[in-house]
Amino acid sequence: MIRAALLLAALVWDGFFVGASDAAEIKPTRTVTENGMTVLIVDQPSLPIVTVDVLMKAGAVYDPDAKAGLAYMVAEMLDEGTKTRSATQIAEQIEFIGGELSTEGGEDNATARLRILRKDADIGFTLLADILRHPKFDPKEVARVRDELVGSLQSEKDEPGTIATKAFNELVFKGHPYRRPANGDEKTVTKLSRQDLVKFHDKFYRPNRAIMAIVGDLREAEALALVKKHFGTWAPKALPLPAFPAPEPLPKPTLKLIDKDLTQATIVLGHVGIARRNPDFYAVAVMNYILGGGGFSSRLVHRIREEQGLAYDVGSVFEANVMPGSFAVHVQTRNAASNQALASVLQELKRIRTEPVEDHELADAKAYLIGSFPLRLDTNAKLASLLNLVELHGLGLNYFDEYPKAIAAVTKEDVLRVAQKYINPDRYALVVVAKLAEAKIDANVVSITK
Amino acid sequence: MTANQRILCRVSAACLLTLFLAGQQAMAGRLTVHEFTLANGLKVLLVEEHKAPVITVQIWYKVGSRNEVMGRAGLSHMLEHMMFKGTPKYGKGEFSKIIEKNGGNDNAFTSQDYTAYFENLAADKLELALEMEADRMQGLLLDEKEFKLEREVVKEERRLRVEDVPMAYLVEEMHAQAFMVHPYHWPIIGWFNDLDAMTREDLKAYYEKYYVPNNATLVIAGDVKAETAMALVKKYFEGIPQGSPPPPPSVVEPQQRGERRIVVKRDAQLPFIYFGYKVPNFKSADVHALAVLENILSTGKSARLYDSLVYRKKLALQVGAGYDDLAADPELFTFYATVKPGMNIADVEKAVLAEIERLKKEPPTDHELQKAKHQVEARYLFEQDSVFRQAMLLGTAETVGAGWQYVADYVDKLRGITKEDVHRVAKKYLNEDARTVGILMPVPSRSERAEAARGAR
Repeated sequence: MIRAALLLAALVWDGFFVGASDAAEIKPTRTVTENGMTVLIVDQPSLPIVTVDVLMKAGAVYDPDAKAGLAYMVAEMLDEGTKTRSATQIAEQIEFIGGELSTEGGEDNATARLRILRKDADIGFTLLADILRHPKFDPKEVARVRDELVGSLQSEKDEPGTIATKAFNELVFKGHPYRRPANGDEKTVTKLSRQDLVKFHDKFYRPNRAIMAIVGDLREAEALALVKKHFGTWAPKALPLPAFPAPEPLPKPTLKLIDKDLTQATIVLGHVGIARRNPDFYAVAVMNYILGGGGFSSRLVHRIREEQGLAYDVGSVFEANVMPGSFAVHVQTRNAASNQALASVLQELKRIRTEPVEDHELADAKAYLIGSFPLRLDTNAKLASLLNLVELHGLGLNYFDEYPKAIAAVTKEDVLRVAQKYINPDRYALVVVAKLAEAKIDANVVSITK
Repeated sequence: MTANQRILCRVSAACLLTLFLAGQQAMAGRLTVHEFTLANGLKVLLVEEHKAPVITVQIWYKVGSRNEVMGRAGLSHMLEHMMFKGTPKYGKGEFSKIIEKNGGNDNAFTSQDYTAYFENLAADKLELALEMEADRMQGLLLDEKEFKLEREVVKEERRLRVEDVPMAYLVEEMHAQAFMVHPYHWPIIGWFNDLDAMTREDLKAYYEKYYVPNNATLVIAGDVKAETAMALVKKYFEGIPQGSPPPPPSVVEPQQRGERRIVVKRDAQLPFIYFGYKVPNFKSADVHALAVLENILSTGKSARLYDSLVYRKKLALQVGAGYDDLAADPELFTFYATVKPGMNIADVEKAVLAEIERLKKEPPTDHELQKAKHQVEARYLFEQDSVFRQAMLLGTAETVGAGWQYVADYVDKLRGITKEDVHRVAKKYLNEDARTVGILMPVPSRSERAEAARGAR
């Protein structure tokens, strides 16, 4: 229910760092059904379980401004009753057999996930198809879920990271749908009607907008037969998609200070980053690993945590989405240390843009990104969600071979070039959520980069 | 949320992963576990799983906040952080950097009962992880300057996880109230005062006392042959001398005689209730019935608590129960609920208690019992999807004293539970006199109060 905050965003990014040498191990098959659904299958018989991930191109980007939160609420409502099953019956049926069925709304997509024993695969597919195809949006359930969503939005006001991210996106994505939180705000969600939900579902929940990954103890033919049986009569519908204007770039460093009675300042600094399809993705991945994506190997962690003891959590993330997502550095430090932490962040941003990285930094980053390949694919669940992203971004099934090659090809010059191109020291947004009387943010701190 | 923050991690991403495990049950009936003990007392558990070319190496020390003394809360966790600050062979920060440039991820976590370190790697890097874990079992530098810096990092961690998180703050206070004498009284991360009072000498003595092979379990799971792994384990760990057996903690929490109740008032959006009953751990024959009880109350949207409080009565945004049988000493069977805006905390508490009373009045249905068993059996298989989680479960069971066989036998034992067993344990343990209740009562923030005062003038 609660929207992913900074840490989860970091994990999403993490998901892309796949790649590699043992590609022979992972042999997905790809089928496009007659009604336009893309199905990716990996036969993984080692345990009698099956994981199914369905990605629907039905994210919050399609919400009208006045109805922010609509796509998210549709996703939340899918398992709250269908034309033939009540919310209680759905929960009861899946839970009685020990299965798991969940849904989640996001910026670009919505996701439905099923985890089930092999012997119950047919029941699992029955329920999965039912919630995706035939949600009822019963007025009683709509009213209840809407109240819950509004309650969650209220609860988020206790989360400094969420407050900061929301303010940050508003500044960075001016004029673009990514500026809105996927789960909307209290004003818009309160007004969402049953009719809104029904219309959105009818438009966006179509097989031609679905990608399904099936990983587990099913032969390809068995999996395809289940898909045909449960999704074969799902009617496709072509949809002219809106064109989204690029966000307006910030004219200068833009500060947003939010006062809250906290012991720690939450700082987010950044701007628009790159889309996943950007050919510079791999060079950016290496560059960001060195800057702040690489845990204890990264410069930001070294400088701010290891050398100065200023923070437990510090790092940088490029959210490489369908459209360019954000580049953000995040750090939490005691209020009084805010300026010191901020100065270090800005110095590191400057350094990566002005000096080539060291040879060993480049080598280590590439070794990690390539070498950690098997860990990205070592469970059915990880593999299923990754397959869907590979398909969504059009990376191709040879991605598992291509990724390590692309990382291996990144040079020092590439790293410097993409740092200069995709990190902008003059046009960033800076959000600080803190007890401002203690944090005393120095507006001149921005001049450090000059 | 995970109601009981029993595990702390060195970096956050991995923490998300491990918190999913906290309080969860899973089992390993189908697993083959190879068990060895070296001459120096190091216990080794090996699980061959060839599904993916990866391996997890986990070393579990039988030391956690349970082993600390009053005035030094947080020492175990502080030492966990210092374990990354170097030995004569691998200097400050080298450990993680070497693992990362070998394509691996490493981290550590501390609980009330244990401190564990792990590396997840491609299977051919097993030797590297073993060599480095063996190295830091002895001769940790514990540099004074590094300690002082890292203490600031841990204080930032406390601010991040507890001080600025109203619910976590309440959880901490409630535990301090429920356990008055036993070390479960204090938080794993420690209090600020204790962190400030800690010295390098405290850490050194603690390290020497508890970081000995005879106080540790090494768990290896993944794509490796047991013989190969065992030869490597011997190569690196056999030479480490056995230490004196660390003294077991001796404090026993006296019996609680009557409900305890605390209120935390602070700037927060919604009221929150968290309460718990003193219950036995794995040592009791009632443990499997308590696990079924937890499932019936709390697992999924069809479970009693969600169905009643969220779905039908619309009183709560979230509700659940938690029972951690794998605690070294008896812990709490907990309940939590976040009050829905506009609803009353007293009504929420009454509704949760009503569900507890219902199970004390009459046994669950056959259908509910069967569902709980199916859920536990399925989860057992799902957990095996990840070698990391398998290893973590075995490591936990072994370290808290249940033994890894407890995990292997779990499903079979659970299958034998009857409705009457569930009814009986509900009546036996979920009683008011053994209950401690914590309530988070939102009050307007300082700025809101100032605004209200201005408006009044």
